[in-house]
Amino acid sequence: MTAGRLALRVAAGLALGFILLPLVLVSWLSFFRDDVVVFPPSGYTVRWFRAILDQRNFVDGFVTSLEVGAFAMLAGLALGVPASLCLARYRFRGREGLGLLLLTPLVVPGVVAGTAIYVFQVETEILTRLPLVASLPGLVLAHVVITIPWTVRLVTASLMGFDRTVEEAAQNLGAGPWTTFRRVTLPLIRPGVVAAALFGFVISFGNLEMTLFLIGPGRTTLPIAILQYLEWRIDPVIAAVSLLQILVIGAAMVATDRYVKLARVL
Amino acid sequence: MARIELEAVSKRYGDFHAVRNFSLTIEQGELVVLLGPSGCGKTTTLRMIAGFVPVTSGRIRLGGRDVTGLPPHRRNTGLVFQGYALFPHLTAAENIAFGLEMRGLPEAVVREKVASALRLVRLDDLGDRLPRQLSGGQQQRVALARALVIEPDALLLDEPLSNLDAKLREEVRVEIRQLQRALGLTTVMVTHDQDEALAMADRLVVMSAGAIQQIGTQRELYEHPSNRFVAGFVGRTNFLSGQLVEPGVFRSDGGLTLRYDGRSAASSGGAAAARSSGARRALALRPERLVLGGSADRAPANRVAGTVEFASYLGATIEYYVRLSSGETLRVHAPNTGAAGDRAWALGEAVHVSWPAEVGLVLEDEHHPEEDQR
Repeated sequence: MTAGRLALRVAAGLALGFILLPLVLVSWLSFFRDDVVVFPPSGYTVRWFRAILDQRNFVDGFVTSLEVGAFAMLAGLALGVPASLCLARYRFRGREGLGLLLLTPLVVPGVVAGTAIYVFQVETEILTRLPLVASLPGLVLAHVVITIPWTVRLVTASLMGFDRTVEEAAQNLGAGPWTTFRRVTLPLIRPGVVAAALFGFVISFGNLEMTLFLIGPGRTTLPIAILQYLEWRIDPVIAAVSLLQILVIGAAMVATDRYVKLARVL
Repeated sequence: MARIELEAVSKRYGDFHAVRNFSLTIEQGELVVLLGPSGCGKTTTLRMIAGFVPVTSGRIRLGGRDVTGLPPHRRNTGLVFQGYALFPHLTAAENIAFGLEMRGLPEAVVREKVASALRLVRLDDLGDRLPRQLSGGQQQRVALARALVIEPDALLLDEPLSNLDAKLREEVRVEIRQLQRALGLTTVMVTHDQDEALAMADRLVVMSAGAIQQIGTQRELYEHPSNRFVAGFVGRTNFLSGQLVEPGVFRSDGGLTLRYDGRSAASSGGAAAARSSGARRALALRPERLVLGGSADRAPANRVAGTVEFASYLGATIEYYVRLSSGETLRVHAPNTGAAGDRAWALGEAVHVSWPAEVGLVLEDEHHPEEDQR
């Protein structure tokens, strides 16, 4: 092996270690027996995982996060897929600007977006009397905003190089526009759509900063529940919850990957 | 199946005329080939019949039904795309079934028709394969079956053979032609390949720059091309530029005085040309109608001395480039009969090119820029 290749491998190994180390540490911590985190641990236990269930906050937060994530994902697709189709297929004035606009939620800090959306919802509620502030739909709407960049990016990518003559073939054979989309276009961009759904869900599920501003009293999401718990205590329960969250998301990715190869879409 | 009528159809993109004033009636069961170089408007015309390109003006009728304003899915045409455009996520059988399902046929009927369509294109055992598991020729046949099974009013073929290798291409074109005849399909095919066009068509439409140059059978186009473009596009042709001296006598720019059949209507340009002698004309000479010989041959109407500049052995013929004494060059195709009398000419050898008067056609000498693209 040449020195260059060796250097490359070492660098790659270091980078990988840098990424994995926190995950490994969290996983390890979650099995420590001691109530306070000490190194080295005096022994190992799984009781922290059982302790999670005693914390209503974690259970409720988990359920809420699932709900919000699922709704945000669906709404994100409903808006993002048509938007991607327009961006990928039509040449119109302001197309590039619109494309950028749909990606901006990626660059706006969550705290800023959270504040802005909170103020917007308050004003809207005053004007229209729609109960938006601190409601579940209000939270979902905000999460849709941050899932859109992912949906648009992934679906647009899968539309690049799409051979539109197959759509013409469908029309030639008697399929109207909607049937063509349902029977031909959608099945062919499914990998991108599934990846978009997954990422939309993951982004929503893990969001903390924006949610802090928009969550209603008496309601909590999993990231918020973790934060609140951390304000009072530091014990391995947190590590156990985090490990579970990592496992849920990891499982979702593995399941998705069996269905569509994520490496090919991303 | 039905006749296809195009009535003064035009397509304009801004200032660009993609198709101008295209009028053509294709009879029930006829196969008409639109032939021309890329960008001549032939594909646009086909796509206007299918409904993918809206016409700027004119009418299109299929079987007497005016479809000019109808979207593609309500026209009942069967289009075979250049790249086949098979649905990659559906099997061959599902691809073929698609159009039938769109027509709301009961499942049992669909299954039966798909099976017979697969049989028709000899893919009985491959119905379960996905397109990517089929060879190019097999994909082509699935595309054809998919277009045929819906019993379209018009079968439209967009360069259907261009993605096949040369050997397969000849097989498939015979196959398509036989199917088309057997089923009595009114068919429009687009191609830039003149061999394909000549081999398959009942009638040809030669197009250039969005306009019809000539409509006719193979023989009509070859023997009586209406202009220089058609003569150059259909078959090989030598052109000598020059002018008329009097009817029946042509003088080339190199100074050759050549005789042609001035009375014959074959020189379609000739009649008009004769009226205005002195105007720029081209004398068209088919290379296979020119004869190479020594100096002692009997005297035909035209005999010009020259030297062999280049020779290619093409198999059935040998192609010679002969530099004439006037400095002009003629391509001559000598038949390779294998008979004892045949002789091969060496490079640099002095020869005479001769031809009877009726070989020469006098045409307007307008130069089409597209000729150069070929």
